Amino acid sequence: MTRLIPQGLYDPRFEHDACGVAFVASIAGERSNAIVGRGLEALVNLGHRGACGCDPETGDGAGILIQIPDAFLRRAAGIDLPAPDAYGLGMVFLPTEPEERRRCEQIVERCCDDEGLRLLGWRDVPHDPMAVGHVSRSGMPAIRQFFVAAVGVHGDVLERRLYVLRRAIERRRDEAPPAGDELFYICSLSCRTVVYKGMLMAQQIAPFFPDLVDHSVISALALVHSRFSTNVLPRWDIAQPFRYSAHNGEINTVRGNVNWMRARQSKFKSALYGADIEKLRPVIDETGSDSAQFDNALEMLALTGRPPHHAIMMMIPEAWHQNHEMDEERRAFYEFHSALLEPWDGPAAIAFTDGRVIGATLDRNGLRPARYVVTDDGLVVMASEVGVLDLPEERIVRKWRLEPGKILLVDTEQGRIVDDDNAKAELARAHPYRDWIRQGTVYLHELEDTEHPAEPDAGTLLIRQQAFGYTQEDIKFLLAPMMTTGEEPIGSMGNDTPPAVLSDHPQPLFNYFKQLFAQVTNPPIDPIREQMVMSLVTSLGAGGNLLEQAPSQARRLEMPHPILTNADLGKIRHVTQRDFPAATISAVFHLGEERGLERGLRRICRMASQRIAEGYAVLVLSDRNIDAAHAPIPSLLAVGAVHHHLIREQTRTGIGLVIETGEAREVQHFALLMGYGAEAVNPYLAFETLHDLARRGLLPPGIDAHKAEATFVKAICKGLLKTISKMGISTIQSYCGAQIFEAIGVGREVIDRHFCGTASRIGGVGLDVIAQEALARHSDAYPEVRVGAPVLQEGGQYQWRRNGEFHQWNPETIAKLQHAVKANDESWYREYAALVDDQTRQLKALRGLFRFREDREPIPLEEVEPASEIVRRFATGAMSLGSISTEAHETLAIAMNRLGGKSNTGEGGEDPRRYERDPNGDWRRSAIKQVASARFGVNANYLVNAAELQIKIAQGAKPGEGGQLPGHKVDEYIARLRYSTPGVGLISPPPHHDIYSIEDLAQLIHDLKNVNPQARVSVKLVAEVGVGTVAAGVSKAHADHIVIAGYEGGTGASPLSSIKHAGIPWEIGLAETQQVMVLNDLRSRVTLQADGQMKTGRDVVVGALLGAEEFGFATSALVASGCIMMRVCHLNTCPVGIATQDPRLRERYAGKAEYVVNFMTFLAEDVRRHMARLGFRRFDEMIGRTDVLDVREAVEHWKAQGLDFSLLLHRPQVPASVDVRRMIEQDHGLEKALDHELIALARPAIEHGHPVQIDLPIRNGNRTVGGMLSGEIARRHGEAGLPNDTIRIDLRGSAGQSFGAWLAHGVTLTLHGDANDYVGKGLSGGRLVVRPPDSSRIVAEDNIIVGNVVLYGATGGEAFFRGVAGERFCVRNSGAIAVVEGVGDHGCEYMTGGVALILGRTGRNFAAGMSGGIAYVLDEDGGFAGRCNMGMIELEAVETEEDADRLRSLLQHHADYTGSPVAERLLADFPAAQSRFLKVMPIDYKRVLTARRTVPLEMVG
Amino acid sequence: MGKLGGFIEFHRRLPPRRPVDERLHDYREVYLTWPVESVREQAARCMDCGIPFCHSGCPLGNLIPEWNDLVWRDDWAGAIERLHATNNFPEFTGRLCPAPCEPACVLSINDDAVTIKQVEVSIIDRAFEEGWVRAAPPAHRTGKRVAVIGSGPAGLACAQQLNRAGHNVTVFERDDRIGGLLRYGIPDFKLEKWVLERRIDLLSAEGVAFETGYDIGVDITGAELRARYDAVVLAMGAGHPRDLPVPGRELEGVHFAMEYLPQQNRRVAGELIGEAETLSARGRRVIILGGGDTGADCLGNVHREGCASVHQFELLPPPPESRAFDNPWPQWSLIMRSSSAHEEGGVRDYSISTTHLSGSNGRVERLHGVRVEPRKVDGRMQFVPLEGTEFTMEADLVLLAMGFLGPVRSGLLEELGVDLDARGNIVADADFQTSVPGVFAAGDARRGQSLIVWAIAEGRQAARGCDRVLMGSTRLP
Repeated sequence: MTRLIPQGLYDPRFEHDACGVAFVASIAGERSNAIVGRGLEALVNLGHRGACGCDPETGDGAGILIQIPDAFLRRAAGIDLPAPDAYGLGMVFLPTEPEERRRCEQIVERCCDDEGLRLLGWRDVPHDPMAVGHVSRSGMPAIRQFFVAAVGVHGDVLERRLYVLRRAIERRRDEAPPAGDELFYICSLSCRTVVYKGMLMAQQIAPFFPDLVDHSVISALALVHSRFSTNVLPRWDIAQPFRYSAHNGEINTVRGNVNWMRARQSKFKSALYGADIEKLRPVIDETGSDSAQFDNALEMLALTGRPPHHAIMMMIPEAWHQNHEMDEERRAFYEFHSALLEPWDGPAAIAFTDGRVIGATLDRNGLRPARYVVTDDGLVVMASEVGVLDLPEERIVRKWRLEPGKILLVDTEQGRIVDDDNAKAELARAHPYRDWIRQGTVYLHELEDTEHPAEPDAGTLLIRQQAFGYTQEDIKFLLAPMMTTGEEPIGSMGNDTPPAVLSDHPQPLFNYFKQLFAQVTNPPIDPIREQMVMSLVTSLGAGGNLLEQAPSQARRLEMPHPILTNADLGKIRHVTQRDFPAATISAVFHLGEERGLERGLRRICRMASQRIAEGYAVLVLSDRNIDAAHAPIPSLLAVGAVHHHLIREQTRTGIGLVIETGEAREVQHFALLMGYGAEAVNPYLAFETLHDLARRGLLPPGIDAHKAEATFVKAICKGLLKTISKMGISTIQSYCGAQIFEAIGVGREVIDRHFCGTASRIGGVGLDVIAQEALARHSDAYPEVRVGAPVLQEGGQYQWRRNGEFHQWNPETIAKLQHAVKANDESWYREYAALVDDQTRQLKALRGLFRFREDREPIPLEEVEPASEIVRRFATGAMSLGSISTEAHETLAIAMNRLGGKSNTGEGGEDPRRYERDPNGDWRRSAIKQVASARFGVNANYLVNAAELQIKIAQGAKPGEGGQLPGHKVDEYIARLRYSTPGVGLISPPPHHDIYSIEDLAQLIHDLKNVNPQARVSVKLVAEVGVGTVAAGVSKAHADHIVIAGYEGGTGASPLSSIKHAGIPWEIGLAETQQVMVLNDLRSRVTLQADGQMKTGRDVVVGALLGAEEFGFATSALVASGCIMMRVCHLNTCPVGIATQDPRLRERYAGKAEYVVNFMTFLAEDVRRHMARLGFRRFDEMIGRTDVLDVREAVEHWKAQGLDFSLLLHRPQVPASVDVRRMIEQDHGLEKALDHELIALARPAIEHGHPVQIDLPIRNGNRTVGGMLSGEIARRHGEAGLPNDTIRIDLRGSAGQSFGAWLAHGVTLTLHGDANDYVGKGLSGGRLVVRPPDSSRIVAEDNIIVGNVVLYGATGGEAFFRGVAGERFCVRNSGAIAVVEGVGDHGCEYMTGGVALILGRTGRNFAAGMSGGIAYVLDEDGGFAGRCNMGMIELEAVETEEDADRLRSLLQHHADYTGSPVAERLLADFPAAQSRFLKVMPIDYKRVLTARRTVPLEMVG
Repeated sequence: MGKLGGFIEFHRRLPPRRPVDERLHDYREVYLTWPVESVREQAARCMDCGIPFCHSGCPLGNLIPEWNDLVWRDDWAGAIERLHATNNFPEFTGRLCPAPCEPACVLSINDDAVTIKQVEVSIIDRAFEEGWVRAAPPAHRTGKRVAVIGSGPAGLACAQQLNRAGHNVTVFERDDRIGGLLRYGIPDFKLEKWVLERRIDLLSAEGVAFETGYDIGVDITGAELRARYDAVVLAMGAGHPRDLPVPGRELEGVHFAMEYLPQQNRRVAGELIGEAETLSARGRRVIILGGGDTGADCLGNVHREGCASVHQFELLPPPPESRAFDNPWPQWSLIMRSSSAHEEGGVRDYSISTTHLSGSNGRVERLHGVRVEPRKVDGRMQFVPLEGTEFTMEADLVLLAMGFLGPVRSGLLEELGVDLDARGNIVADADFQTSVPGVFAAGDARRGQSLIVWAIAEGRQAARGCDRVLMGSTRLP
């Protein structure tokens, strides 16, 4: 089988995919070829969700799973087959080279013999190589089927035998894999189902496999899938469906899930398999994609005695912890199973089948779309979109969507649809789970304290703090804020200190690890507003035999969260001894011993094994026993070592691993300890530090030691939730051991032994250096000679200190740069650059370790292209007006416009007055308009006034996180630009709610391109391992421009742990991106930009050589404008008037556009000097020339000696025709837009204001309808658009995604049919009406009519939907007025303005983060309050005349536009109706409105 | 951090000085004490910068934001702990340092700097009042012996640090009392001598030995010293004054400032000075040559003595009232500064070069000067006389306060044979060790004439270097 081999920084492990998934089934189980055909048709109509790479004829993979077409095969194979379920059919990819193929076939044959099965024969599967593209063809395998049987064996028994057979074949294959790139892969082997798949596009499946169009190929179900992946290398085997499932989404926790499965499988026992169970191990093929590994686990669970949906409920449980509406039996079911299996967490729409039942489910947060319809003739069609099949409207009896965590099940044997409630209730009642739990589970927080925990020892505290490397900053910046506020501490202005491996100061091992985070391919979660899906519940001692259901499995010790107080640990040590005996292992090492740390590690691993053998259930690794002769083993190393040791020994499950450590004190520490396997942490020294502050009277008034301790724990828990949510993970249980980190500067041996599977791409320190660092801390604490009283080191991580950590921005560099730009004196710039470049050469940044080759032929400076050309490649960073002052913001814009470079609006809208030039020719318009998650002020007019539209997926300072602009920074002006209310805070959610996957991103790019076809669309990513594959996907999503931001950057406020610990330097991210994109021939379509603490011409040149064409400068541009790195952006007290809205401070702003112009010019001249020295005339010549870079030969740094940059400087071997920089335009496919027709028809209205009426059909392939038209209108008429109803458009059918996006004022779009996701995205004043067609038989208010995330970021206009909407209706609406007849979860989330009227049931978490606007909800069942998130709102009766008038008027309009019977009924007796409504009123908004006594909302119409 | 937004709320203020006509009658310090609340308010102006340029601008690296914050939070004990962490003698710097931290203060970009020096002196004065400053003898002794030559701020700081490291330290002073320039250079109205005594007592209590009246190189040879001690630190200052090579220099009544100032301090200290040696300004017309701190110290003294008139002449042109463009923040600001002495009277004049002195009976009576202009001649800056600006001024006492040119070379330095640089200062390596192994140098003797804060910083670093050389490693900060 083809194993893709990593090369350079490319590692196939980091490929992602997302996709279209669908199934079609006959409820009655009637088999037909029509089902197969409809499955394929549905897939073709999801074609825009798949992708192709550099070869437009080669898809990322597509396929279909059907029931075995027995009659067809009997005929086609010419083999005498037993009864239909008494033989197995294998579908297999084989090597094309005949001998090799034969060898593989012999493996199959031999294994059949071994397993007591008879091989009945082989069949060549007809296929047409010409139906696929050349890249696909180049990797195409031989495709054959084989048939096996055994006398008297059929059905389930045969199915299990076939499973064992397949695993046997696979094992033998892996012992001697096929040579070269050849493939030997079993797509399916079953007596019920067969999978046809390959590296195909949806529309190629049928032409490629003629079998499928044969009329006798019949099935009652068809499961189809097409991929949109980040890779394009020919890989036939990772196409979906897999054997049991097809998956649209990502498994974020896969690393941990696989490790845990590996640890668990030693305990497998099953009567169904007996000794054969051995052959199933390892359950998971770790070379597969995350989806394939999921399928492996699902298959195993489904073939060992559980129905497939039972397995699905274990693997993707609903969010049950905090769901108080859930019935007790189901809760017990989930709670019981949580002890068996941690969730496979991530966004997911999974369709699954065992060949008899077919079903689908959605992840707990509903982050994938899945719609289904049921017809009156018993057909069920489930797909990522509605409208994939042309079904006559009058035959449809049900239209609905999969809801978060819910299951849809079609049992084709019993001929019925089983809904979520029934399916789950049956399983939940199968055993008395609640009783089992009551008997077996011990809740830590319910136990009494029995002993007095260790008293803090103030006398030795300072010394122990020193031994664990505490600094004064740890107390000032970390502990103090956490214990007072219960929040993570905040900082500003990024990170300009060296990576741990280059720091001269001993660093905690924690600092070598960087948090990974979700970007593009899956969304981060908002841990505050969407806390209901998250859980910190942890348990110890759980486990046992996964394959059985028994009361003994409920035996475990459960904790509400993984942070243990000393009292908690006391309970674990003593109270629960009978049930969960705990053993303590001392995690210290002896100073004097040769290789003491290594011996120490061996000792604790040995002890752990021994204690397990002795029957202990909980292991406590403790570093309390330090003294002058013993130093603590770095806690992370201790945990990683023991965890991986026990996994290797397969004794990890059933054992609770607890660490009692003096080291852990900040969120990153806890996150790492758990990420590498600790289930609970007791940070005793942090607690003692708090007690000591109390003793010394240094706690703030009203806080005593216990309060401080509790608040600190709360802050850590919050931080943990935030950290896991950044990675898109919802439960700490599945996070534990998931290793979602990348190491920067840790050597191979350490990783492979103690942190297996962690990426560490530049090598680095070994145990010797780690020991040296631990010893340096120890000798601080226990010096041979003590001089003066012990005192903590200053630190200097967060603020510059002379004896502290090194900062690139320091008094000298700032002073020199500022004087250079003010005086326009290049000699000062050169001094500045010399300092910075010298610093970097002294190994303060990775790029400092590079050297330009000296054997290059220099050229005269005059021959190098002029600075005026080079500055065009420069952009300033995305800093919003709001985070920085108007003065500072406009300075940057004017400067960059003068230069022909680009400035960036940041996330905060832009004042339209800046779109016109000043009298002197200056332009305050930002060329780059950012489109970020909160979409502030992103309307059609904003979008058309841009040269570049930048989708901010992540930002360097806090990738994976949202943000918050506090109310005091929202003045009149900022509120106006952001369409919000002055004085009311604004929340930016962590994800874009229209980007949960790569195909969603493609959609947003398409949307933006429609509105403004002239602007290039840019996607901003942050460097982390795998960013290259993400970028490749982004290129395939048709971005024109990609930014790779380093983690060091960042100008605004961010949590300190994010500034320091999330993301990696741009050097690695950029190099990876360049390599992967060149390797896939995707580089030529996009421009690459790098940013993150770029300071000098040398930085630019290094960036160019690594592959960047353009460069961003944020901090340095601000420093040129007068920023002095105060790092108080979050406090509104910037003394130089930059990061503040305080008018008194803004007056102090002294920056000038000239300064920025001077800086950029100096930079460009600096670049030119380097170019002359290196012999490059044109900048373009430098791009991607890593061969001009050398790594410094003499790495003198004591820690840096193990670093190896060969992967970074690798140049992929590709044909000469493959370009390494942007050469061609993306094909955006805009010519297919329906809007061309609309614009043509609306021409009289656009040009002369003459009203027009348009009538057209529509289908789901027509995406972003109305967007381009609105762009045209905005370009001519600005924000005001056209008069009401100037353009009326009626459309009939199912609309594609983003229907009515950014619809401009004056356009009314009426859809007779239904619509998919993102209806009315960014609505900019237009009117949207969606109503069922007249022929429809369904009851509109009981069925879904529009999809998820409707009216996201709408700034104005109206929308009327006769029917129910999906999740996140009106998310971030800031001005639109909307009426709908029911909504899913998270309705009106983050809303800041406008009105929502809901005439039906809402889902849970309504109004989370809602800070403005009003919602009226018809509360028929009286349960609305329970489904509301009361964090920011209050509920009122609709009493005032103003409210009543508004309500009545909205109902009237809804009735008029949609003909809604619901509205008519309510209007018929309005006074009675009025009393059934509740008004949702944001508290802050009300406060501000009351204070102002103004009514900002205009009446409808 | 200090109070959030404190810098917007409060303005810079300093404690009032005593009225001129009152203070001219005594030699006591000129500042009035200030209420604690006022100090805290000033400390609250500190912005706790991400990059504290003040801390960078301070040669000692004083942790200024830290103790400003502690003062604002009323934790004076914490404040002195942080202050003492980098500064052995804040009561000296808090009174005498020109405070390069303040022009480097970020607030001074567009506002008035934090009153760092005032906060500093308030912390240490409070600490002494509260009895928090106590002798802390080292817990153990290394058995190594170190001689420190010179008892000025560099020598004292060096001695205290070496003593903390456990070495047995002896400080040798040529004069009869300990203190160097602090004792005999700085007038009492800037530093009352009990402040010095108090600190010396603490050092003694910690175990530092003092030997006064020892002129090393004369009373005992360098060789003997080296034989008796494991290391020697040269901290004898830059005692070699810049002279005025003009006709009439030899006249009586023309004196170096360092002849005049020590005598004044002795007198204030109650010592009796013989009539013949007395060098008094009472009733005299005084001209002070040199516009620096030493000149100002002379000025304050001659006021107090009751001179008839006093002029202070400076060769350089007057500095600007505010920063020149090419003297940007956070550099030391070259601006017009007035000390308390200037407030008390006298005339300051700039761009003046003395051409000669004249008089009768061997006594000076007149100074002949000319106005000059700085000009680049052959690439070198020269002061060119302006024709027609020659003038004559009556003078009975001319004090030369034109700076110093390195340590006195004759005697000990010659005997030890340490290398000197082109400017006559002692050359030393990163450990502050001179060309002669085991011999270290610190302060003005190594650095050339400089500020007291530099002297303390040098003393500390030399101690660290010396300890490292003696012990192989050091834990001294």
